[in-house]
Amino acid sequence: MNMKKFLMMLALFGATAAAALSSANEAVKLDRAPIDVGDLVSLQSGARTFVNNCLNCHSASLMRYNRLRDLGLTEAQIKDNLLFTAEKVGENMNIAMPKGDAKEWFGAAPPDLSVIARARGADWIYSYLRGFYRDDSRPTGWNNTVFPNVGMPHVLWTLQGQRSYSEEVVKTAGGEPLKDGHGNELKKAKFETLVPGSQSALQYDHTVRDLTAFLVWMGEPGQLQRKQVGFIVLMVLGFMLVLAWLLKREFWKDVH
Amino acid sequence: MAATEKKPVVVTDLGVLNKPASDLLTWVDARFPLMENWNAHLAQYYAPKNFNFWYYFGGFAMLVLVIQIVTGIFLTMHYKPDAAQAFASVEYIMREVSWGWLVRYMHSTGASMFFLVVYLHMFRAMLYGSYQKPRELLWIFGMLIYLVLMGEAFFGYLLPWGQMSFWGAQVIVNLFGAVPFIGPDLSLWIRGDYVISDATLNRFFAFHVIALPLVLLGLVAAHLIALHEVGSNNPDGIEIKANKDANGIPRDGIPFHPYYTVKDSFGAVVFLIVFSLILFFAPEMGGYFLEANNFVPADPLKTPLHIAPVWYFTPYYSILRAVPPLFNSQFPGVIAMGAATMIFFALPWLDRSPVKSIRYKGPIYKVALAVFVVVFLVLGYLGTEATNVWGQAGAWLGGVERATVVSRICTVIYFAFFLLMPWYTKIDSVKPVPERVTG
Repeated sequence: MNMKKFLMMLALFGATAAAALSSANEAVKLDRAPIDVGDLVSLQSGARTFVNNCLNCHSASLMRYNRLRDLGLTEAQIKDNLLFTAEKVGENMNIAMPKGDAKEWFGAAPPDLSVIARARGADWIYSYLRGFYRDDSRPTGWNNTVFPNVGMPHVLWTLQGQRSYSEEVVKTAGGEPLKDGHGNELKKAKFETLVPGSQSALQYDHTVRDLTAFLVWMGEPGQLQRKQVGFIVLMVLGFMLVLAWLLKREFWKDVH
Repeated sequence: MAATEKKPVVVTDLGVLNKPASDLLTWVDARFPLMENWNAHLAQYYAPKNFNFWYYFGGFAMLVLVIQIVTGIFLTMHYKPDAAQAFASVEYIMREVSWGWLVRYMHSTGASMFFLVVYLHMFRAMLYGSYQKPRELLWIFGMLIYLVLMGEAFFGYLLPWGQMSFWGAQVIVNLFGAVPFIGPDLSLWIRGDYVISDATLNRFFAFHVIALPLVLLGLVAAHLIALHEVGSNNPDGIEIKANKDANGIPRDGIPFHPYYTVKDSFGAVVFLIVFSLILFFAPEMGGYFLEANNFVPADPLKTPLHIAPVWYFTPYYSILRAVPPLFNSQFPGVIAMGAATMIFFALPWLDRSPVKSIRYKGPIYKVALAVFVVVFLVLGYLGTEATNVWGQAGAWLGGVERATVVSRICTVIYFAFFLLMPWYTKIDSVKPVPERVTG
């Protein structure tokens, strides 16, 4: 299979050159987000990145600050380290930027991020936040491989640095261009670092992983409790199953 | 007077409580036909003893109905039927209301499970000819329940006010716009506005929480009364009332209580285990029970690239899309979609087979039913996808979308299954039906 060969070649390019294949009209292949919503350290790190970088243009208006206690933080810790847009920990994660202004500035108002992970999926967010590159033709100077011509600039650029992006035709071992089933040439993404950021490629991946994990957690803060309750409910039902079966067998003894 | 002629009720298995329990029941029974109804519908309602796996789903449907009503009541305590607040109020229930997430997931999982068990319940009727004489009216009540259930699901799906809620409602209401002459006025009347709006949300809320549930409960009562009048069918399709003992009790019948109450209790636990596995570990069910796009608040200015109804409507949605427009009007597709649901009503009169159960029907019906199931599932799958899901066919077919071709073929087979039934069930061979049920 051409696709398989192509994907194997893609894997060889390592962390920085991953993602973004752009054969005509094909959706971008997303990287699998290596998140663990049970990992509180990862979630806390993600929460820090979130309030420091995202929660200025984006709101999370359905999310209450002190719900972050579920991540193992105290109210004092939340207040001292994470509370930038509100006065009290009982408030929701709202922002001051009016939607009308935001629409004028960015072309579209930045969406509320409360349940964004449930709408987009973890893989999309993880790939998107690692898909920014320099593009002088855009008003912000930034473009994105996952969301082409997005209005959002690369907010985490001081961490990741600045990269250029180009597409390279994939060639076979014989030097022939590799084609898909429709005769289109297959291309692979090629990123080059223009200005290095404060984090290495691996560190940046971890930052985005934690941020993605936090967004997934925030999409349904009760999801860990849901699974715990689920196990208890299933154990009780399993017990009732045995009882119900024995009862049925006893009553049906005389039916022939 | 009838009340004075009643015998006292005697309770014998409660020990020291026998006397007070007997007195209480006697007192009630003198004023209300308690024992009479208990006996007529449970303790002396004789059901065939050979019910199999397929006979669980009617009971499951009742169980889900109760789950939906109870969780629905609790949801209305915090839900706001207001276009500006609806989306946030659902998330408020998910995050801030104690156990709100559980109630909401029970309701959303229950919606899909309701359709699943109702589809399996209907399939049971098609397997064993449960719609045949004398159960035509029972079948019609069941079909009315199914139609009301579809309305209930449609109205309810608007309430979370996500993108799929909004655009799904938009698509369906626009279908009424395809009706010749009165169409545009009709859809305007349904919406109460020129677009799906706050007015639409409010009226859909009213339909969802009170109007249709009332109708639904009435129909379920009628369905059960009709069932207990004619008696249950069974996998052999034999009338057990035709063979009674000296006491007038069907030889192949057993009292519903306690036999089927304990058996259905066991089934209910199995059902609740499946229900819980979904609810607690995959409440979105891979986007089939809760669509990803419905976590984006409704935006009248942003049409989603791909609008798909929830899975239980997709066979009919496929049929709608499969029928080509006539004179630039989608009306033929709308008619076909309506006909595809309504045609089930005619089943008792389309089936001319002298036997009820598939066990004694011939190979033609068996093949026809199997093909119908496959076609129903293929249409259902295609309805969840965009029409270009399988790409374009070659030039020899004019480059049409493959999925459209397949759904057209499936639509024709779907209707052929019903319309040719009077003919093929008549010429089909049958096996001799035994006198007594075979277990």
